[in-house]
Amino acid sequence: MELNRLTIHELQEQLREGTLTSAEITESVYRRIASVEDRVHAYITLTEETALEQALAADRQIQEGGGGPLTGIPIALKDVLCTQGIRTTCGSRMLENFIPPYDATVVGKLRDAGAVFVGKTNMDEFAMGSSTETSYFGITRNPWDPDRIPGGSSGGSAAAIAADECIASLGTDTGGSIRQPSALCGVVGLKPTYGRVSRFGLVAFASSLDQIGPITKDVEDCAIMMNVICGHDPHDSTSVPVEVPDYRVCISRDIEGWTIGIPKEYFVEGIDPEIRAAVDTTIKTLEGLGARCRDISLPHTEYCVATYYIIAPSEASSNLARYDGVRYGFRAPDAENLLDMYKKTRSAGFGAEVKRRIMIGTYSLSSGYYDAYYKKASQVRALIRDDFDQAFTQCDVILTPATPTPAFRIGEKMDDPLQMYLCDIFTLSANLAGVPGISVPCGYTTGGLPLGVQFMANHFEEGKLLQIASAYESHSDHEKRKPEL
Amino acid sequence: MKITAQEVGYVAHLARLDLGDEERGTLTSQLNNILMYMDILNGVDTEGTEPMTHAISLNNVLRDDEEEKSVGVEQALANAPDGDMGFFGVPKIIE
Repeated sequence: MELNRLTIHELQEQLREGTLTSAEITESVYRRIASVEDRVHAYITLTEETALEQALAADRQIQEGGGGPLTGIPIALKDVLCTQGIRTTCGSRMLENFIPPYDATVVGKLRDAGAVFVGKTNMDEFAMGSSTETSYFGITRNPWDPDRIPGGSSGGSAAAIAADECIASLGTDTGGSIRQPSALCGVVGLKPTYGRVSRFGLVAFASSLDQIGPITKDVEDCAIMMNVICGHDPHDSTSVPVEVPDYRVCISRDIEGWTIGIPKEYFVEGIDPEIRAAVDTTIKTLEGLGARCRDISLPHTEYCVATYYIIAPSEASSNLARYDGVRYGFRAPDAENLLDMYKKTRSAGFGAEVKRRIMIGTYSLSSGYYDAYYKKASQVRALIRDDFDQAFTQCDVILTPATPTPAFRIGEKMDDPLQMYLCDIFTLSANLAGVPGISVPCGYTTGGLPLGVQFMANHFEEGKLLQIASAYESHSDHEKRKPEL
Repeated sequence: MKITAQEVGYVAHLARLDLGDEERGTLTSQLNNILMYMDILNGVDTEGTEPMTHAISLNNVLRDDEEEKSVGVEQALANAPDGDMGFFGVPKIIE
Protein backbone atom coordinates (compact mmCIF):
# COMPACT_ATOMS: atom_id res chain seq x y z
CA MET A 1 0.00 0.00 0.00
CA GLU A 2 1.30 3.42 -0.88
CA LEU A 3 1.17 5.37 2.37
CA ASN A 4 0.64 8.73 0.67
CA ARG A 5 -2.81 7.53 -0.45
CA LEU A 6 -4.10 7.05 3.09
CA THR A 7 -6.07 9.41 5.32
CA ILE A 8 -5.06 10.98 8.63
CA HIS A 9 -7.20 8.59 10.67
CA GLU A 10 -5.91 5.50 8.84
CA LEU A 11 -2.30 6.58 9.33
CA GLN A 12 -2.80 7.60 12.96
CA GLU A 13 -3.90 4.12 13.85
CA GLN A 14 -0.79 2.56 12.35
CA LEU A 15 1.50 5.21 13.81
CA ARG A 16 0.12 4.48 17.26
CA GLU A 17 0.44 0.74 16.79
CA GLY A 18 4.03 1.26 15.68
CA THR A 19 3.52 -0.54 12.37
CA LEU A 20 4.84 2.42 10.42
CA THR A 21 6.74 5.65 10.96
CA SER A 22 6.21 9.26 10.02
CA ALA A 23 9.51 9.13 8.13
CA GLU A 24 8.06 6.38 5.92
CA ILE A 25 4.87 8.34 5.31
CA THR A 26 6.77 11.53 4.57
CA GLU A 27 9.15 9.76 2.19
CA SER A 28 6.22 8.22 0.37
CA VAL A 29 4.64 11.68 -0.04
CA TYR A 30 7.83 13.09 -1.56
CA ARG A 31 8.20 10.05 -3.85
CA ARG A 32 4.71 10.78 -5.12
CA ILE A 33 5.55 14.45 -5.57
CA ALA A 34 8.67 13.53 -7.53
CA SER A 35 6.66 11.32 -9.84
CA VAL A 36 3.58 13.50 -10.54
CA GLU A 37 4.38 17.10 -9.68
CA ASP A 38 5.61 17.99 -13.19
CA ARG A 39 2.11 17.15 -14.43
CA VAL A 40 0.12 18.72 -11.56
CA HIS A 41 2.20 21.61 -10.20
CA ALA A 42 0.33 21.79 -6.91
CA TYR A 43 3.23 23.39 -5.02
CA ILE A 44 5.10 26.67 -5.18
CA THR A 45 7.64 25.72 -2.50
CA LEU A 46 8.62 22.29 -1.15
CA THR A 47 10.27 21.92 2.26
CA GLU A 48 11.54 18.35 2.07
CA GLU A 49 14.54 18.79 4.31
CA THR A 50 12.70 20.31 7.28
CA ALA A 51 9.78 17.93 6.70
CA LEU A 52 12.03 14.90 7.15
CA GLU A 53 13.44 16.43 10.33
CA GLN A 54 9.92 17.03 11.61
CA ALA A 55 9.00 13.43 10.72
CA LEU A 56 11.97 12.04 12.66
CA ALA A 57 11.10 14.22 15.65
CA ALA A 58 7.51 12.97 15.44
CA ASP A 59 8.69 9.36 15.40
CA ARG A 60 10.79 9.94 18.51
CA GLN A 61 7.82 11.54 20.21
CA ILE A 62 5.54 8.62 19.37
CA GLN A 63 8.13 6.12 20.59
CA GLU A 64 8.23 7.94 23.89
CA GLY A 65 4.48 7.57 24.14
CA GLY A 66 3.69 11.22 23.37
CA GLY A 67 2.28 13.05 20.39
CA GLY A 68 -0.63 15.29 19.46
CA PRO A 69 -3.62 14.85 17.16
CA LEU A 70 -1.54 15.29 13.97
CA THR A 71 1.83 13.94 15.03
CA GLY A 72 3.76 12.75 12.03
CA ILE A 73 1.09 13.62 9.44
CA PRO A 74 2.36 15.40 6.27
CA ILE A 75 0.27 18.50 5.63
CA ALA A 76 0.35 21.08 2.82
CA LEU A 77 -0.33 24.77 3.43
CA LYS A 78 -1.77 27.24 0.96
CA ASP A 79 0.91 29.81 0.21
CA VAL A 80 -1.17 32.62 1.70
CA LEU A 81 -0.47 31.44 5.27
CA CYS A 82 2.63 32.87 6.90
CA THR A 83 5.27 30.29 7.78
CA GLN A 84 8.22 31.47 9.84
CA GLY A 85 11.41 31.22 7.82
CA ILE A 86 9.68 29.72 4.77
CA ARG A 87 8.82 32.07 1.93
CA THR A 88 5.16 32.93 1.54
CA THR A 89 4.38 34.26 -1.92
CA CYS A 90 0.58 34.48 -2.20
CA GLY A 91 1.15 33.40 -5.79
CA SER A 92 2.44 36.89 -6.54
CA ARG A 93 5.60 38.43 -7.90
CA MET A 94 5.04 41.05 -5.19
CA LEU A 95 5.92 38.53 -2.46
CA GLU A 96 8.23 36.25 -4.46
CA ASN A 97 10.97 36.55 -1.84
CA PHE A 98 8.95 37.33 1.27
CA ILE A 99 10.05 35.33 4.31
CA PRO A 100 7.62 35.83 7.21
CA PRO A 101 9.12 36.52 10.64
CA TYR A 102 6.31 34.58 12.33
CA ASP A 103 3.85 31.71 11.87
CA ALA A 104 0.16 32.25 11.22
CA THR A 105 -1.85 31.12 14.27
CA VAL A 106 -3.23 28.12 12.35
CA VAL A 107 0.30 27.13 11.32
CA GLY A 108 1.41 27.31 14.96
CA LYS A 109 -1.58 25.17 15.97
CA LEU A 110 -0.74 22.52 13.37
CA ARG A 111 2.90 22.64 14.46
CA ASP A 112 1.90 22.16 18.11
CA ALA A 113 -0.34 19.27 17.05
CA GLY A 114 2.71 17.56 15.55
CA ALA A 115 2.17 18.13 11.81
CA VAL A 116 4.92 17.66 9.23
CA PHE A 117 4.88 20.51 6.68
CA VAL A 118 5.29 19.27 3.11
CA GLY A 119 5.30 22.63 1.37
CA LYS A 120 3.33 25.66 0.25
CA THR A 121 0.64 25.16 -2.36
CA ASN A 122 -0.12 27.12 -5.49
CA MET A 123 -3.00 29.57 -5.62
CA ASP A 124 -4.51 32.37 -7.63
CA GLU A 125 -2.56 35.55 -7.00
CA PHE A 126 -3.62 36.95 -3.59
CA ALA A 127 -6.43 34.34 -3.69
CA MET A 128 -8.19 36.28 -6.46
CA GLY A 129 -9.49 33.79 -8.96
CA SER A 130 -11.47 30.59 -9.43
CA SER A 131 -9.00 28.52 -11.45
CA THR A 132 -5.44 28.94 -10.07
CA GLU A 133 -4.53 30.39 -13.47
CA THR A 134 -3.60 33.83 -12.10
CA SER A 135 -0.62 32.55 -10.07
CA TYR A 136 2.69 34.24 -10.94
CA PHE A 137 4.30 30.81 -10.54
CA GLY A 138 2.34 29.04 -13.26
CA ILE A 139 -0.93 27.13 -13.41
CA THR A 140 -1.94 24.03 -11.46
CA ARG A 141 -3.56 21.24 -13.46
CA ASN A 142 -6.55 19.18 -12.38
CA PRO A 143 -5.28 15.67 -11.48
CA TRP A 144 -8.44 14.21 -13.08
CA ASP A 145 -7.72 15.84 -16.45
CA PRO A 146 -4.51 17.78 -17.09
CA ASP A 147 -6.24 19.99 -19.68
CA ARG A 148 -8.58 21.33 -17.02
CA ILE A 149 -8.28 23.76 -14.13
CA PRO A 150 -8.38 22.49 -10.52
CA GLY A 151 -10.60 25.38 -9.44
CA GLY A 152 -9.37 28.15 -7.22
CA SER A 153 -8.13 29.97 -5.49
CA SER A 154 -6.95 27.05 -3.29
CA GLY A 155 -6.34 24.95 -6.43
CA GLY A 156 -2.91 23.79 -5.31
CA SER A 157 -4.19 22.48 -1.96
CA ALA A 158 -7.14 20.66 -3.58
CA ALA A 159 -4.98 19.19 -6.37
CA ALA A 160 -2.34 18.07 -3.87
CA ILE A 161 -5.02 16.15 -1.95
CA ALA A 162 -6.58 14.64 -5.09
CA ALA A 163 -3.16 13.58 -6.39
CA ASP A 164 -2.11 12.20 -2.97
CA GLU A 165 0.81 14.62 -2.82
CA CYS A 166 0.08 15.17 0.89
CA ILE A 167 -2.26 13.71 3.51
CA ALA A 168 -4.26 16.83 4.41
CA SER A 169 -4.09 20.52 3.61
CA LEU A 170 -5.29 23.97 4.51
CA GLY A 171 -6.94 26.39 2.10
CA THR A 172 -8.66 29.72 2.46
CA ASP A 173 -12.10 30.73 1.28
CA THR A 174 -13.26 34.28 0.57
CA GLY A 175 -15.99 33.43 -1.94
CA GLY A 176 -15.65 29.70 -2.46
CA SER A 177 -11.89 29.22 -2.71
CA ILE A 178 -11.95 26.07 -0.53
CA ARG A 179 -15.28 24.56 -1.62
CA GLN A 180 -15.11 25.15 -5.38
CA PRO A 181 -11.66 23.56 -5.96
CA SER A 182 -12.57 20.74 -3.56
CA ALA A 183 -15.66 20.00 -5.67
CA LEU A 184 -13.72 20.16 -8.94
CA CYS A 185 -10.95 17.90 -7.60
CA GLY A 186 -13.24 15.38 -5.88
CA VAL A 187 -12.13 16.04 -2.29
CA VAL A 188 -13.68 17.41 0.92
CA GLY A 189 -13.38 21.12 1.76
CA LEU A 190 -14.89 23.09 4.63
CA LYS A 191 -15.18 26.84 5.07
CA PRO A 192 -15.85 27.48 8.76
CA THR A 193 -18.06 30.23 10.19
CA TYR A 194 -16.52 33.68 9.93
CA GLY A 195 -14.58 34.13 13.17
CA ARG A 196 -14.28 30.40 13.96
CA VAL A 197 -10.63 30.21 12.89
CA SER A 198 -8.02 32.87 13.59
CA ARG A 199 -6.88 34.83 10.53
CA PHE A 200 -3.71 36.08 12.22
CA GLY A 201 -0.88 35.50 9.76
CA LEU A 202 -3.22 34.94 6.82
CA VAL A 203 -2.32 37.49 4.15
CA ALA A 204 -5.52 39.53 3.91
CA PHE A 205 -7.67 39.67 0.78
CA ALA A 206 -11.17 40.69 1.95
CA SER A 207 -11.18 40.86 5.71
CA SER A 208 -14.93 40.59 6.32
CA LEU A 209 -15.11 37.43 4.19
CA ASP A 210 -11.79 35.51 4.50
CA GLN A 211 -11.72 32.23 6.44
CA ILE A 212 -9.19 29.41 6.70
CA GLY A 213 -10.34 25.80 6.49
CA PRO A 214 -9.31 22.20 5.79
CA ILE A 215 -9.16 20.39 2.45
CA THR A 216 -8.98 16.65 3.07
CA LYS A 217 -9.49 13.19 1.58
CA ASP A 218 -12.56 12.41 3.65
CA VAL A 219 -14.96 13.94 6.16
CA GLU A 220 -13.38 12.38 9.25
CA ASP A 221 -10.04 13.97 8.37
CA CYS A 222 -11.84 17.27 7.97
CA ALA A 223 -13.19 16.93 11.53
CA ILE A 224 -9.72 16.08 12.84
CA MET A 225 -8.27 19.20 11.22
CA MET A 226 -11.13 21.36 12.52
CA ASN A 227 -10.45 20.17 16.06
CA VAL A 228 -6.93 21.55 15.73
CA ILE A 229 -7.43 24.86 13.92
CA CYS A 230 -10.59 26.34 15.49
CA GLY A 231 -10.83 28.65 18.44
CA HIS A 232 -10.45 32.20 19.66
CA ASP A 233 -7.10 33.96 19.22
CA PRO A 234 -6.17 37.14 21.07
CA HIS A 235 -4.16 38.14 17.98
CA ASP A 236 -7.29 38.23 15.79
CA SER A 237 -9.98 40.45 17.25
CA THR A 238 -12.53 39.08 14.76
CA SER A 239 -12.07 35.52 16.01
CA VAL A 240 -15.05 34.67 18.17
CA PRO A 241 -14.67 33.54 21.80
CA VAL A 242 -17.14 30.66 21.69
CA GLU A 243 -16.43 27.10 22.75
CA VAL A 244 -15.17 24.65 20.13
CA PRO A 245 -16.88 21.25 20.28
CA ASP A 246 -15.14 17.95 19.52
CA TYR A 247 -16.01 17.65 15.83
CA ARG A 248 -14.92 14.06 15.61
CA VAL A 249 -17.97 12.89 17.56
CA CYS A 250 -20.11 14.13 14.63
CA ILE A 251 -18.68 11.39 12.42
CA SER A 252 -20.94 8.37 11.90
CA ARG A 253 -23.91 9.80 13.77
CA ASP A 254 -27.22 9.44 11.94
CA ILE A 255 -29.35 12.25 10.50
CA GLU A 256 -32.74 10.69 11.18
CA GLY A 257 -35.39 13.37 11.43
CA TRP A 258 -33.25 16.20 10.05
CA THR A 259 -34.76 18.77 7.72
CA ILE A 260 -32.73 19.66 4.65
CA GLY A 261 -33.60 22.90 2.89
CA ILE A 262 -33.41 22.92 -0.90
CA PRO A 263 -33.29 26.55 -2.07
CA LYS A 264 -35.13 26.83 -5.37
CA GLU A 265 -32.92 29.73 -6.50
CA TYR A 266 -29.93 27.35 -6.72
CA PHE A 267 -31.65 24.99 -9.13
CA VAL A 268 -32.08 27.20 -12.15
CA GLU A 269 -31.02 27.03 -15.77
CA GLY A 270 -27.31 26.96 -16.42
CA ILE A 271 -26.51 24.08 -14.08
CA ASP A 272 -24.79 21.26 -15.86
CA PRO A 273 -27.36 18.43 -16.23
CA GLU A 274 -24.94 15.86 -14.82
CA ILE A 275 -24.49 17.96 -11.66
CA ARG A 276 -28.25 18.32 -11.40
CA ALA A 277 -28.64 14.55 -11.66
CA ALA A 278 -25.89 13.85 -9.11
CA VAL A 279 -27.44 16.29 -6.63
CA ASP A 280 -30.88 14.72 -7.12
CA THR A 281 -29.36 11.33 -6.33
CA THR A 282 -27.71 12.83 -3.24
CA ILE A 283 -31.09 14.11 -2.06
CA LYS A 284 -32.59 10.62 -2.45
CA THR A 285 -29.71 9.06 -0.51
CA LEU A 286 -30.23 11.51 2.35
CA GLU A 287 -33.97 10.87 2.38
CA GLY A 288 -33.13 7.18 2.60
CA LEU A 289 -31.22 8.00 5.79
CA GLY A 290 -34.31 9.47 7.40
CA ALA A 291 -33.87 13.15 6.52
CA ARG A 292 -36.76 15.17 5.17
CA CYS A 293 -36.16 17.57 2.28
CA ARG A 294 -38.23 20.71 1.88
CA ASP A 295 -38.21 23.56 -0.58
CA ILE A 296 -36.98 26.83 0.85
CA SER A 297 -36.24 30.22 -0.65
CA LEU A 298 -33.18 32.44 -0.45
CA PRO A 299 -34.79 35.28 -2.39
CA HIS A 300 -31.72 37.50 -2.82
CA THR A 301 -29.56 34.79 -4.36
CA GLU A 302 -29.41 36.44 -7.79
CA TYR A 303 -27.71 39.47 -6.24
CA CYS A 304 -24.87 37.56 -4.58
CA VAL A 305 -22.35 37.79 -7.42
CA ALA A 306 -22.77 41.55 -7.86
CA THR A 307 -22.73 42.14 -4.10
CA TYR A 308 -19.63 40.04 -3.60
CA TYR A 309 -17.71 41.53 -6.52
CA ILE A 310 -18.20 45.01 -5.04
CA ILE A 311 -17.46 44.18 -1.40
CA ALA A 312 -14.50 41.82 -1.90
CA PRO A 313 -12.58 44.11 -4.33
CA SER A 314 -13.32 47.13 -2.12
CA GLU A 315 -11.75 45.45 0.88
CA ALA A 316 -8.93 44.13 -1.32
CA SER A 317 -8.12 47.58 -2.68
CA SER A 318 -7.66 48.75 0.88
CA ASN A 319 -5.77 45.65 2.10
CA LEU A 320 -3.41 45.63 -0.87
CA ALA A 321 -2.46 49.27 -0.38
CA ARG A 322 0.29 47.95 1.91
CA TYR A 323 2.29 46.64 -1.06
CA ASP A 324 4.19 49.81 -1.78
CA GLY A 325 7.74 48.53 -2.11
CA VAL A 326 8.86 49.95 1.23
CA ARG A 327 8.66 47.43 4.08
CA TYR A 328 8.65 44.10 2.24
CA GLY A 329 8.14 42.58 -1.15
CA PHE A 330 9.05 43.65 -4.63
CA ARG A 331 10.34 47.13 -5.44
CA ALA A 332 10.69 48.35 -9.02
CA PRO A 333 14.12 49.79 -9.82
CA ASP A 334 14.81 53.17 -11.40
CA ALA A 335 12.07 55.25 -9.81
CA GLU A 336 12.39 59.02 -10.11
CA ASN A 337 10.60 59.79 -6.86
CA LEU A 338 8.42 58.18 -4.20
CA LEU A 339 5.13 58.35 -6.13
CA ASP A 340 6.84 56.96 -9.21
CA MET A 341 8.30 54.15 -7.08
CA TYR A 342 4.85 53.24 -5.71
CA LYS A 343 3.30 53.17 -9.15
CA LYS A 344 6.08 51.26 -10.88
CA THR A 345 6.28 48.76 -8.01
CA ARG A 346 2.56 48.05 -7.92
CA SER A 347 2.19 47.93 -11.70
CA ALA A 348 5.00 45.43 -12.14
CA GLY A 349 4.39 43.49 -8.89
CA PHE A 350 0.67 42.74 -9.35
CA GLY A 351 -0.84 40.62 -12.11
CA ALA A 352 -3.82 41.54 -14.30
CA GLU A 353 -6.61 40.09 -12.13
CA VAL A 354 -5.30 41.69 -8.95
CA LYS A 355 -5.06 45.06 -10.68
CA ARG A 356 -8.56 44.63 -12.05
CA ARG A 357 -9.94 44.01 -8.56
CA ILE A 358 -7.98 46.88 -7.06
CA MET A 359 -9.49 49.08 -9.77
CA ILE A 360 -13.06 47.87 -9.14
CA GLY A 361 -12.59 48.35 -5.40
CA THR A 362 -10.98 51.77 -5.65
CA TYR A 363 -13.77 52.91 -7.96
CA SER A 364 -16.52 51.52 -5.67
CA LEU A 365 -15.05 53.32 -2.67
CA SER A 366 -14.25 56.56 -4.46
CA SER A 367 -16.01 59.80 -3.78
CA GLY A 368 -19.25 60.03 -5.74
CA TYR A 369 -19.61 56.27 -6.25
CA TYR A 370 -19.48 55.00 -2.67
CA ASP A 371 -23.25 55.17 -2.07
CA ALA A 372 -24.13 53.62 -5.42
CA TYR A 373 -21.71 50.71 -5.10
CA TYR A 374 -20.14 49.91 -1.74
CA LYS A 375 -22.97 51.12 0.48
CA LYS A 376 -25.62 49.57 -1.76
CA ALA A 377 -23.77 46.25 -1.79
CA SER A 378 -23.40 46.32 2.01
CA GLN A 379 -27.17 46.83 2.33
CA VAL A 380 -27.95 43.99 -0.07
CA ARG A 381 -25.50 41.87 1.92
CA ALA A 382 -27.65 42.43 5.02
CA LEU A 383 -30.67 41.16 3.07
CA ILE A 384 -28.73 38.09 1.93
CA ARG A 385 -27.84 37.35 5.56
CA ASP A 386 -31.49 37.84 6.57
CA ASP A 387 -32.45 35.24 3.92
CA PHE A 388 -30.21 32.72 5.67
CA ASP A 389 -31.51 33.64 9.15
CA GLN A 390 -35.02 33.04 7.87
CA ALA A 391 -34.07 29.79 6.11
CA PHE A 392 -32.47 28.29 9.21
CA THR A 393 -35.74 28.64 11.12
CA GLN A 394 -37.09 26.07 8.66
CA CYS A 395 -34.26 23.59 8.22
CA ASP A 396 -31.12 22.13 9.82
CA VAL A 397 -28.91 22.44 6.79
CA ILE A 398 -29.17 23.78 3.25
CA LEU A 399 -28.16 21.63 0.28
CA THR A 400 -27.00 23.04 -3.08
CA PRO A 401 -24.68 22.05 -5.91
CA ALA A 402 -21.14 23.26 -5.05
CA THR A 403 -20.51 24.52 -8.58
CA PRO A 404 -22.65 25.10 -11.68
CA THR A 405 -20.30 23.09 -13.93
CA PRO A 406 -17.50 20.53 -13.59
CA ALA A 407 -13.88 21.68 -14.07
CA PHE A 408 -13.54 23.79 -17.20
CA ARG A 409 -10.65 23.85 -19.65
CA ILE A 410 -7.47 25.78 -18.98
CA GLY A 411 -7.72 29.20 -20.62
CA GLU A 412 -11.46 28.91 -21.25
CA LYS A 413 -12.53 31.83 -19.06
CA MET A 414 -9.34 33.86 -18.78
CA ASP A 415 -10.42 36.52 -21.28
CA ASP A 416 -13.80 37.13 -19.71
CA PRO A 417 -13.53 38.13 -16.03
CA LEU A 418 -17.30 38.27 -15.54
CA GLN A 419 -17.72 34.66 -16.71
CA MET A 420 -14.98 33.67 -14.26
CA TYR A 421 -16.79 35.51 -11.43
CA LEU A 422 -19.98 33.57 -12.18
CA CYS A 423 -18.17 30.27 -11.38
CA ASP A 424 -18.56 31.16 -7.70
CA ILE A 425 -22.30 31.62 -7.93
CA PHE A 426 -23.20 28.88 -5.38
CA THR A 427 -20.43 29.49 -2.85
CA LEU A 428 -20.33 33.30 -2.43
CA SER A 429 -23.46 33.53 -0.31
CA ALA A 430 -21.95 31.61 2.63
CA ASN A 431 -19.12 34.15 2.87
CA LEU A 432 -21.48 37.11 2.60
CA ALA A 433 -23.70 35.69 5.37
CA GLY A 434 -20.71 34.39 7.38
CA VAL A 435 -22.15 30.87 7.63
CA PRO A 436 -20.11 27.67 7.27
CA GLY A 437 -20.22 25.49 4.15
CA ILE A 438 -18.76 22.15 3.13
CA SER A 439 -18.25 20.58 -0.28
CA VAL A 440 -18.35 16.79 -0.50
CA PRO A 441 -17.82 14.58 -3.57
CA CYS A 442 -21.16 13.38 -5.01
CA GLY A 443 -20.24 11.53 -8.19
CA TYR A 444 -18.63 11.94 -11.58
CA THR A 445 -19.53 13.10 -15.06
CA THR A 446 -19.62 10.48 -17.81
CA GLY A 447 -16.23 11.89 -18.79
CA GLY A 448 -14.89 11.04 -15.33
CA LEU A 449 -14.71 14.52 -13.78
CA PRO A 450 -15.63 14.75 -10.07
CA LEU A 451 -18.70 16.66 -8.86
CA GLY A 452 -19.48 18.19 -5.48
CA VAL A 453 -22.52 18.85 -3.33
CA GLN A 454 -22.50 21.72 -0.83
CA PHE A 455 -24.11 21.84 2.60
CA MET A 456 -24.47 25.09 4.55
CA ALA A 457 -25.49 25.48 8.19
CA ASN A 458 -26.14 28.33 10.59
CA HIS A 459 -23.29 30.20 12.30
CA PHE A 460 -21.04 27.90 14.40
CA GLU A 461 -22.87 24.75 13.31
CA GLU A 462 -19.92 23.13 11.54
CA GLY A 463 -20.75 20.00 13.55
CA LYS A 464 -23.98 19.61 11.60
CA LEU A 465 -22.10 19.94 8.32
CA LEU A 466 -19.64 17.24 9.31
CA GLN A 467 -22.43 15.02 10.57
CA ILE A 468 -24.50 15.13 7.38
CA ALA A 469 -21.42 15.04 5.13
CA SER A 470 -20.12 11.98 6.93
CA ALA A 471 -23.52 10.25 6.89
CA TYR A 472 -23.74 10.92 3.16
CA GLU A 473 -20.15 9.87 2.50
CA SER A 474 -20.64 6.49 4.14
CA HIS A 475 -23.95 5.76 2.40
CA SER A 476 -23.58 7.20 -1.10
CA ASP A 477 -23.40 4.52 -3.79
CA HIS A 478 -21.03 6.30 -6.15
CA GLU A 479 -17.73 4.48 -6.16
CA LYS A 480 -14.68 6.09 -4.60
CA ARG A 481 -12.12 6.66 -7.32
CA LYS A 482 -8.62 8.10 -7.51
CA PRO A 483 -7.37 10.03 -10.54
CA GLU A 484 -4.99 8.19 -12.86
CA LEU A 485 -1.78 10.15 -13.16
CA MET B 1 -20.61 53.86 -20.77
CA LYS B 2 -20.23 53.46 -17.02
CA ILE B 3 -16.63 54.57 -16.92
CA THR B 4 -14.46 56.33 -19.50
CA ALA B 5 -10.82 55.64 -20.27
CA GLN B 6 -10.00 58.97 -18.63
CA GLU B 7 -11.78 57.96 -15.42
CA VAL B 8 -9.98 54.62 -15.49
CA GLY B 9 -6.73 56.57 -15.61
CA TYR B 10 -7.81 58.67 -12.62
CA VAL B 11 -8.85 55.62 -10.55
CA ALA B 12 -5.52 53.99 -11.44
CA HIS B 13 -3.75 57.02 -10.06
CA LEU B 14 -5.77 56.77 -6.81
CA ALA B 15 -4.76 53.10 -6.60
CA ARG B 16 -1.13 53.98 -7.36
CA LEU B 17 -1.06 51.97 -10.57
CA ASP B 18 0.50 52.94 -13.89
CA LEU B 19 -1.47 51.59 -16.82
CA GLY B 20 -0.12 51.45 -20.33
CA ASP B 21 -2.45 52.57 -23.16
CA GLU B 22 -3.34 49.04 -24.14
CA GLU B 23 -3.91 47.92 -20.53
CA ARG B 24 -6.09 50.96 -19.92
CA GLY B 25 -8.17 50.21 -23.01
CA THR B 26 -8.74 46.58 -22.02
CA LEU B 27 -9.55 47.52 -18.43
CA THR B 28 -11.99 50.21 -19.52
CA SER B 29 -14.02 47.74 -21.52
CA GLN B 30 -13.83 45.03 -18.84
CA LEU B 31 -14.78 47.43 -16.04
CA ASN B 32 -17.73 48.68 -18.09
CA ASN B 33 -18.98 45.12 -18.48
CA ILE B 34 -18.55 44.38 -14.79
CA LEU B 35 -20.12 47.66 -13.62
CA MET B 36 -23.05 47.16 -15.97
CA TYR B 37 -23.60 43.78 -14.37
CA MET B 38 -23.58 45.47 -10.93
CA ASP B 39 -26.64 47.50 -12.03
CA ILE B 40 -28.70 44.48 -11.07
CA LEU B 41 -28.46 45.77 -7.47
CA ASN B 42 -30.50 48.83 -8.37
CA GLY B 43 -33.51 46.53 -8.54
CA VAL B 44 -33.28 45.76 -4.80
CA ASP B 45 -35.25 47.87 -2.34
CA THR B 46 -32.79 48.70 0.43
CA GLU B 47 -34.71 51.61 1.90
CA GLY B 48 -34.09 51.58 5.65
CA THR B 49 -31.68 48.61 5.53
CA GLU B 50 -28.58 49.08 7.66
CA PRO B 51 -25.40 48.31 5.68
CA MET B 52 -23.76 45.11 6.94
CA THR B 53 -20.08 45.39 7.71
CA HIS B 54 -19.37 42.17 9.59
CA ALA B 55 -20.72 38.67 9.36
CA ILE B 56 -20.51 38.19 13.10
CA SER B 57 -20.84 41.31 15.23
CA LEU B 58 -18.49 41.67 18.15
CA ASN B 59 -18.55 44.75 20.29
CA ASN B 60 -15.77 46.43 22.23
CA VAL B 61 -13.04 43.89 21.64
CA LEU B 62 -10.52 45.14 24.16
CA ARG B 63 -7.55 43.62 25.88
CA ASP B 64 -5.40 44.59 28.81
CA ASP B 65 -2.76 47.14 27.92
CA GLU B 66 0.20 44.91 28.61
CA GLU B 67 3.58 45.04 26.99
CA GLU B 68 4.34 42.08 24.72
CA LYS B 69 7.37 41.01 22.79
CA SER B 70 7.30 42.31 19.23
CA VAL B 71 9.33 41.74 16.10
CA GLY B 72 12.71 43.42 16.55
CA VAL B 73 14.29 45.97 14.22
CA GLU B 74 16.50 43.46 12.47
CA GLN B 75 13.61 41.10 11.71
CA ALA B 76 11.31 43.94 10.73
CA LEU B 77 13.86 45.13 8.17
CA ALA B 78 14.82 41.67 6.91
CA ASN B 79 12.32 41.73 4.04
CA ALA B 80 12.76 45.39 3.12
CA PRO B 81 14.00 46.09 -0.43
CA ASP B 82 16.16 48.86 1.06
CA GLY B 83 16.63 48.46 4.81
CA ASP B 84 19.96 49.86 5.88
CA MET B 85 21.11 51.25 9.22
CA GLY B 86 17.86 50.55 11.01
CA PHE B 87 15.65 52.42 8.54
CA PHE B 88 13.40 51.73 5.56
CA GLY B 89 15.01 53.51 2.62
CA VAL B 90 12.83 55.24 0.00
CA PRO B 91 13.56 57.48 -2.98
CA LYS B 92 14.02 61.16 -2.25
CA ILE B 93 10.76 62.79 -1.10
CA ILE B 94 11.72 66.45 -0.70
CA GLU B 95 13.14 68.28 -3.70
